[in-house]
Amino acid sequence: MALPPMKRISEVVWEVAKDYKEGMLVPARLYATKKLVDQMDEGVFNQLTNVACLPGIQRYAFCMPDGHWGYGFPIGGVAAFDVKTGIISPGGIGFDINCGMRLLRTNLTIKDVKPKLQELVDIFFKTVPAGVGASGFVKVNRDQFKDIMVRGVDWCIENGYGWKQDKERIEEFGCIKGADPSKVSDKAITRGIDQIGTLGSGNHYLEIQVAEKIFEPETAKAFGFTEEGQIGIMVHCGSRGFGHQIGTDYLRVFDSAMRKYGITVKDRELACAPFSSPEGQDYYKAMACAANMAFVNRQVIAHRIREGFSKVFKKSAEELGMEIIYDVAHNIAKVEKHVVEGKEYNVVMHRKGATRCFGPGRPELCEHYRKVGQPVIIGGSMETGSFVLVGTEKAMTETWGSTMHGSGRTMSRTAAKHQVRGDLLQKEMAKRGIVVKAVSMSGLAEEAGMAYKDLNEVVETMQIAGVSRKVVLMRPIGNVKG
Amino acid sequence: MSDIAIADVAFRATAKTIEELFVECAKATEEAMVDTKKVKPVLTKKINITSDALDKLLFDWLSELVFFKDAETLLFSKFSVKIAKGKVYKLTGTAAGEKIDHKRHDLRADVKAITWHMFELKQTKAGWTAQIIEDI
Repeated sequence: MALPPMKRISEVVWEVAKDYKEGMLVPARLYATKKLVDQMDEGVFNQLTNVACLPGIQRYAFCMPDGHWGYGFPIGGVAAFDVKTGIISPGGIGFDINCGMRLLRTNLTIKDVKPKLQELVDIFFKTVPAGVGASGFVKVNRDQFKDIMVRGVDWCIENGYGWKQDKERIEEFGCIKGADPSKVSDKAITRGIDQIGTLGSGNHYLEIQVAEKIFEPETAKAFGFTEEGQIGIMVHCGSRGFGHQIGTDYLRVFDSAMRKYGITVKDRELACAPFSSPEGQDYYKAMACAANMAFVNRQVIAHRIREGFSKVFKKSAEELGMEIIYDVAHNIAKVEKHVVEGKEYNVVMHRKGATRCFGPGRPELCEHYRKVGQPVIIGGSMETGSFVLVGTEKAMTETWGSTMHGSGRTMSRTAAKHQVRGDLLQKEMAKRGIVVKAVSMSGLAEEAGMAYKDLNEVVETMQIAGVSRKVVLMRPIGNVKG
Repeated sequence: MSDIAIADVAFRATAKTIEELFVECAKATEEAMVDTKKVKPVLTKKINITSDALDKLLFDWLSELVFFKDAETLLFSKFSVKIAKGKVYKLTGTAAGEKIDHKRHDLRADVKAITWHMFELKQTKAGWTAQIIEDI
């Protein structure tokens, strides 16, 4: 498929006109440098313009600079649908509902941690289950699981998995309201109940990182990073089999529901239903259950991280200053209110492989972050590093307060495995000072840095656009993967 | 099929009969997760599904295997499938395998779900063919 004709709106904003494809209700907008546009796989454009055809879509179908070919929505896709006239689509969220990122800070520096690095990685490889078939370390019965679905991180704090102030530093304060376990199938509960406290596999990880460069010292200080060389720990995981099953269940429901509501879509994976319909509402309530389970999953893993550091450094996690910097979702749908160019929008915001980046003053942020803007945690490849960004006021009117979620893949998993051997990659990374432990060597090969876009280019795109700004560059030194 | 799935796993299966195709798709799904040569068929699960369409039947059959991987930590290496057509399609199948053994099994990707993206199920002159993309 040839690339669609695009109008260059600004240095990093490209637009596909509404009349490019039959059925498009709004134009499509891609955020990318010219270099990234040239590298972008063609499937992205087809998927993005398909999204622009969905009922009730407002303003634009957006794609972030890490965009790549997914299923239904492109990964890196952002789209807002009017709550009354628009749809909700599981394909716009992803099967891994509330896959997201959490970053913890410490008072430690690389000098403190380097001699203990292998010990820390070994501890987390043992205490944070990862990989296919891993069983979680938090055991609950069905009633407790339903409690988790409804109450999210509040459940954790009451049950000894965290500090009271943790929820302030989590998107939605660790719980999306409106979750209803009665909208979740028995199958989803059976599939997910044993996975609370598991990392998953693929591109999911627990990573010990060092603040390599601080770009905005004042913002970094507000977030909790005061010096280069300071240690943080990043976690990337989601709702595991629980969310995956909910996605599967409702994809089947919507496949049938579309006929009822007279909706046709250009890709079956864009199956959807009106947000205001019983099916749409049921899915949202089930999705919220999965999202809350994912917040809990990252919270209990953070608890294990605090325990591990405390054991190794023989100090309490409080003494080590192990506060959460922030926890963000990058596969989610949320009901949000926005004002753009004087018009009010009440929308179901879909972010699939895209992260919220709200600017200063937003009521959704805790009081501390309302002054500076929301921290945005962006995971890079395990070789190259990750970023902490800050949301801006401009983001609110540009991209619905949304930015990228990571680097984005440029190479398929199969192709990566043909070029890289996991065990050799592990040795090579060790030579570079990065200690990696993985459950699957073939999985490790798939996550080689060369399979991903240049994260600097991706982050720079949104810096130029004024949507998110670089605060800290984090370099990996220890990594645990499934 | 890396040309159509960058972040996921895609395969194309062919077989003479529809039942054989379902078996081949099951093998491909499991092979994405584990070296199935190392999975001993010591435990058998019966799988019974009905659907009004063959493509949905295939979707549900493969989704069951993914479900068992998480719900009961089971991986499979041998399958049998019988499909009867009446008012609806009725699949009576078995999947034989064992519990995941992290020491013995060569684990690969974690299949999260079967997707409808570029999903194809076609009858050809030679038999049947399917194209499936799975989210990992």
